[in-house]
Amino acid sequence: MWSLSPDEWLALRLSFQVALCAVLFSLPAAVVTGYVMARWQSRFKWLLEVVVNLPLVVPPVVTGLLLLVCFAPSGPVGSFLENRLGVRIVLTWWGAAIAAAVVSFPLMVRAIRLAFQAVDPRLEMAARSLGAGRLDTFVNVTLPLARSGLLAGCVLAFARSLGEFGATIMVAGNIIGETQTIPLAIFSAFNRPGAEAEVWRLAGISVALAALALLLSEWLERRHASREST
Amino acid sequence: MHRVNRLSFQGTHRFASGFELDAAFETSTQVTALFGPSGSGKTSLLYMIGGLLSPQTGSIQLGQTVWFDAKRGIDIKSELRHVGFVFQDHLLFPHLSVERNLMFGRRRRRGRPVAIDPARVIDVLELSELLDRYPRKLSGGEKQRVALGRALLSGPELLLMDEPLAALDEALKDRILTYFQRVLAEWHIPTIYVSHSAAEVRRVADRVVVLEQGRVTQCGSPEDLLLPNYSSF
Repeated sequence: MWSLSPDEWLALRLSFQVALCAVLFSLPAAVVTGYVMARWQSRFKWLLEVVVNLPLVVPPVVTGLLLLVCFAPSGPVGSFLENRLGVRIVLTWWGAAIAAAVVSFPLMVRAIRLAFQAVDPRLEMAARSLGAGRLDTFVNVTLPLARSGLLAGCVLAFARSLGEFGATIMVAGNIIGETQTIPLAIFSAFNRPGAEAEVWRLAGISVALAALALLLSEWLERRHASREST
Repeated sequence: MHRVNRLSFQGTHRFASGFELDAAFETSTQVTALFGPSGSGKTSLLYMIGGLLSPQTGSIQLGQTVWFDAKRGIDIKSELRHVGFVFQDHLLFPHLSVERNLMFGRRRRRGRPVAIDPARVIDVLELSELLDRYPRKLSGGEKQRVALGRALLSGPELLLMDEPLAALDEALKDRILTYFQRVLAEWHIPTIYVSHSAAEVRRVADRVVVLEQGRVTQCGSPEDLLLPNYSSF
């Protein structure tokens, strides 16, 4: 009952691969966006706010549809990637990673933005007055002070990516060993008569992983709060 | 008597809150106090000198170096002004040890060697026991000594002190002032000292610039001026 079949192992491994890549894709952009949202004062901030948080509320299937249009071999980005670089996104695990990255992006930005907001801007001023330039200050003062929050954001985005379904199935399809992550495997097993045990096994794994990730991110935030208080 | 570069400041700034700063003064003494009640614009003025806040009009000059000139569009970045800030609440980097805090500014003055010897600073400010500790493990007085050392070791041409004693209790104020006087006697760095305490100003300053509601109302030696005792609030 509790041992995983080869296909289930495949789905588990692929889920981790996709989620890890999704986090690595979105981290640089999320750090920049999070910092801008934490520090930038402008009348147009609400616009950025809306754009960044859109994937949180748009149905993932719609996000997937838009990505599909973009990355299809006939689409604007897809044709460039396919003709110039020979890379195909649609119906490959890269597509699954991009879908997961887009859907989990707002969660990651939210955590990172909070981490930057918790850094006293006057510490950055102190660094500047001591001869550190903007980038130097960001890398050696702001980033290290926000690192727990950054990690928490990554863990959260990783967990969200593990569970991605709607956008993934649109962009990457549901191919065993190539794009079938845990949620897609559950969906397939659910539609296959007599595979109840598989459904419950995979569902159990999903819940356990999600709980673990939340615990980890909670712990990181707490550690951060207690350590930096002076 | 050490020769001190003349600092001239003339600047205006209208804040979103409606507060308007419009101040001008010149000084070429070792320690100049900016004296005034809370909310008189002392800290804003200090930030303008240090390049952390830009005036909307005016000019700032130290010796022959123009730091700011609104008409000519000059606004030298803070990191290139070579000033040493000591803030009211120390602002030590919480993720760095005392030693790395002390060396933060010094390491960033490449191509412009800092004449001040770290060993001597550690000695004068009695910091040798604290080097491996982190700011959260320091007392208020220790933090302010480290902050002073950190500013000194960046090799400043001008020390900018923003109410460095305001967060400390009375007994401690006296001890830190003693350290500060030792530092002045050893290195003779021109200093702008922001304070609302007449007693402090009389003890450290050679010259006082009195600031009230964003304007300079008096200038002179601490003996000649009648300095009211402003409360901290």
